[in-house]
Amino acid sequence: MIRRIAYALALPLLLFGGWWVLSAGSESFYAPPLSEILTAFGNTWTLSALRSDVLPSLLRLLSGYLLAAVIGIGLGLAIGVNRRLRFTVEPVLELFRAVPPPVLVPVIMLFAGIGDGMKVIVIVFGCVWPVLLNTVEGVRAVDGVVLETARSYGVTGPARITRVILPSAGPQIAAGLRQALSIAIILMVISEMFAASNGLGFTIVQFQRSFAIPEMWSGIILLGLLGFALSLLFRLAERRALRWYEGLRAAQRRAG
Amino acid sequence: MTPVRRGNPAWLGHPAILGVAGLAGLLLVIQLLPTLGLVNDRHLPPTSAILAALADELGTGQFWISLKDTLVAWAWGVLIAVGAGVLAGLAIGSVPVLRELTASTVEFLRPIPSVALIPLAVLLYGTEIGSTLLLVCYAAFWQVLVQVLYGVADVDPVAEETARSYRFSAWARVRYVLWPTALPYVFTGVRLAASVALILAITAELVIGSPGLGKDIAVAQASEAVPTMYALIVVTGVLGVLINLLARFGERHLLGWHQSVRGEVIA
Repeated sequence: MIRRIAYALALPLLLFGGWWVLSAGSESFYAPPLSEILTAFGNTWTLSALRSDVLPSLLRLLSGYLLAAVIGIGLGLAIGVNRRLRFTVEPVLELFRAVPPPVLVPVIMLFAGIGDGMKVIVIVFGCVWPVLLNTVEGVRAVDGVVLETARSYGVTGPARITRVILPSAGPQIAAGLRQALSIAIILMVISEMFAASNGLGFTIVQFQRSFAIPEMWSGIILLGLLGFALSLLFRLAERRALRWYEGLRAAQRRAG
Repeated sequence: MTPVRRGNPAWLGHPAILGVAGLAGLLLVIQLLPTLGLVNDRHLPPTSAILAALADELGTGQFWISLKDTLVAWAWGVLIAVGAGVLAGLAIGSVPVLRELTASTVEFLRPIPSVALIPLAVLLYGTEIGSTLLLVCYAAFWQVLVQVLYGVADVDPVAEETARSYRFSAWARVRYVLWPTALPYVFTGVRLAASVALILAITAELVIGSPGLGKDIAVAQASEAVPTMYALIVVTGVLGVLINLLARFGERHLLGWHQSVRGEVIA
């Protein structure tokens, strides 16, 4: 256990120490000493700054992401169980997914202006495709025997969806949700860089434009921490929701 | 089956026909929404206007230069990321101590959104192609690295030990045991990296203003040339689909001998 912790901490500490030592006497304008960046971090991201800049960003992120998840899973279920519908809309969906999500920002600005609504819609539009397509795939790949068994036991209607189809498409849906999460963070930042009066993306660009370099670095570090924390949270949630699947796979691995 | 359905000719249910119908339906809806006045045509121009703008764009030299700029940044980014990712992945993956040491760092650096680097790229390279490359390489590198690490971890211990007892040299073990096992994962990594690289290339151009299709979209938006903007967005979408198809096609051809692909084709 101690060995594992030591291994996990060794390299980060080494890198951090290296950065600290190498940058200590740095005269370079763009790469200020780490000590200066950390001081700037403490001064910049105070509680009130977190409340006025980070909280709005997070709220947009969460509402956009959750909406995209609900829409994506709902539509994905509908498309996945209907073969004809799937063949009809699949090329259209592939096209929409292939459009790089950030180019949606100018389009949605036309419709929704530059308020909070625009940012949420941008996030929804960008995140919905991976969730949708993965749900369709997951629903399509549900074991035929399971479906027939469920039918012969009289499991129909809503129970068929919540008890049979959703759980067995679960791992695939989770994969889509994970992809969507990183897209959501990117879109949150981009939409704020484009047009906003608060938020994390806006603040970082402001620092860059006013050449407040240590503050800019501290913003980049904060964004990195945020991305890391969100992916950690997601993994915890995923492990909880898909516990049966992890157990099944572990058992299969032992048997195989 | 209802009698009505049985009356339809079989080809109506063919996937390709249905797919084309779906695309045609989308074009029709986009044509009708603004024409019928349901949507303001300054927000969403009808299909005909978008197609006309697209034809205009295809006739200009600027469009092809931008397309070339985007593709060059994309290709270099993918190349560098794949090269670095494969080398680093094989090196880290084949030495257990290195893998344990780097695991936490990789897990920390990977989820950092690449757009966080935009301000840094601007300061370092301004609006040159270098800032696009920085973002593209960063984003694509992790996709490849993580896949290669999975691939190396997947090596059959029996094959590995057999190679050892036949006294394969370290190089021969990499060449004949590690590499063939990791190859399908490498290809998955390349496929993911190719599509992420396109997204980042266009994002960088759009936000930073380095030359390419993304910058043209930003310019079209600023000058309120809405049909042109939509036309360029369609181009980026088609580009994305093409890159995806190309990557899948290449994977199937170059990996035709491999179990994972053979199994897929038979099933």
